[in-house]
Amino acid sequence: MGTRRRLVPYYLLSPGGVYLLIFFLIPLGLMVYTSLQSGGLLSGGFTFSWEFQNYADVLGSYQTQFIRSIVYSLIVTFVALLLSYPMTYWIAFYGGRWKSSLLLLLLMPFFVSFVIRTIQWKFILGDNGPVLGLLKTIGLLPEGFGVLSTPFAVVAGITYNYLPFTALPLYVALERIDKRLVEAAKDLYSSRWQAFRKVVWPLSLPGVFAAFLLTFVPATGDYVNASLLGGPGTTMIGNIIQDKFLTENAYPQAAALSVILMVAMVILATIYARILGTEEATRAAAAA
Amino acid sequence: MSATATEIVPEVRELPPVNPPHARWTRFILPGYTILMILYLASPIFVMILYGFNDIPGDRQTAKFWGFTLDWWKNVFNIPGLPEAFKNSLLIAPFSAAIATTIGTLFGLALGRYRFRGLRAVDFVIFLAIAVPEIVLGSSLLSMFVLGQVRLGFATILLSHIGFSIAFVAVTVRARVQGLDRSLEEAAQDLFATPIVGFYKVTLPLIAPAILAGFLLAFVLSLDDFVITNFVAGQTNTFPLWVFGAQRIGIPPQVNVMGTILFGAAIVAALVNVFGQRRRGRA
Repeated sequence: MGTRRRLVPYYLLSPGGVYLLIFFLIPLGLMVYTSLQSGGLLSGGFTFSWEFQNYADVLGSYQTQFIRSIVYSLIVTFVALLLSYPMTYWIAFYGGRWKSSLLLLLLMPFFVSFVIRTIQWKFILGDNGPVLGLLKTIGLLPEGFGVLSTPFAVVAGITYNYLPFTALPLYVALERIDKRLVEAAKDLYSSRWQAFRKVVWPLSLPGVFAAFLLTFVPATGDYVNASLLGGPGTTMIGNIIQDKFLTENAYPQAAALSVILMVAMVILATIYARILGTEEATRAAAAA
Repeated sequence: MSATATEIVPEVRELPPVNPPHARWTRFILPGYTILMILYLASPIFVMILYGFNDIPGDRQTAKFWGFTLDWWKNVFNIPGLPEAFKNSLLIAPFSAAIATTIGTLFGLALGRYRFRGLRAVDFVIFLAIAVPEIVLGSSLLSMFVLGQVRLGFATILLSHIGFSIAFVAVTVRARVQGLDRSLEEAAQDLFATPIVGFYKVTLPLIAPAILAGFLLAFVLSLDDFVITNFVAGQTNTFPLWVFGAQRIGIPPQVNVMGTILFGAAIVAALVNVFGQRRRGRA
């Protein structure tokens, strides 16, 4: 009886475990395998040959895109944190009975396909669209001014698309703060600003880090915004991976690029999990 | 006596309860900002809905609004290829969500309820599955399908969608299981319910809202997914893939109409979920 009891969690885990093994962990391994192949699709297919040269090749050729992706993604994460914090703070502390409705409104963008939303930004930000067209009519902008195809458009698009991923973990962390702590700080004659800086902000830091991870990691790999809103000068590493995999069929090089992204991500996630545990980040996903 | 009372009372009334000098922050500035942010987040949705009624001269969306028409709503399915893509999306989403919810619920129960050897490793895998960039997941699945010479299409899309949804369902259910009052189940066992009966009569009804939320999340994730689907779809189209492909020459307004219909359905589902959770949460 005792042994059977102890096996229960493993029974419960087994279908999901097997599924994640076949459709998550093994594919990651096979991608590493693919990245070490050589040959070409037209010259008799690919063969496994410990071709580490693939990594040197892609790192050499696509350094610019790697750096660009990281820089864009850092800007996006920073701006998204800045934009989300005041909003989630207010909802968590003063939302009262409107909390869940406000949170639902915040998640509303998820109800419309990501691709459709991004295409609409193309119209909103268009050279003669509702924003620029208006500013041009009243003479605030020169006629030839445009934002599409610039880094600004791509960064703005990614920020828009990932903002809910920043806001959710922040909200979850702020919501859990015991509001009486703020009262206590005020009773001890701290100003509202001091109470925020010394009580709320430090307690919300795990949420800030979770938000950083859940925004920065996916944003670095994004390519939809760069291909819809960007131009030739805004190509990100995701665009290269997508092209090599789906257009050029250069699987080993594409896989090598993707493995580099994956390794960087796993390192970041491991450091995060070691320091803060996995609770905070997955709790945010549960809140969604 | 009465004079002092009249002096004090108005003073108390004028002052909001907490830290009066800063009240405008929490009463006007921050709420105003929050509303602006919500409008910003919703702005492409407004554009989508509005431009589904745009009376354009051609058949591709333009930045200019020409006037109202119901033509696109009347001819939603009048675009070659689009109805098939839409149908595929609507077929894959419920299947993927149902399977992922079944598997993910069991997974979430195990994670939320039991302490066992290997828990931390399993936790970490779930965490990775949520944090992994979609492009890495998509390209690794494609690597596997290419190596295994699997034909890409409907089946590979479905299998991939189930895969990335499981982790999300699992954490949703886990959060609810961890918040459960264990004494309710113990009470059931004290009343001679077998573990299985206890589960069906006590645990399952209590975690039902989380299972429903997990299902809806998995449904939306599947319906909306572009990146992973793009890698594993082969020649098969889904709604987001079709739209992405079409936008090179411009998107037909029917896309906005379909987007609006899906949006409306999602709002209804979300409201049902919220009210369901509210009712059950109190029970």
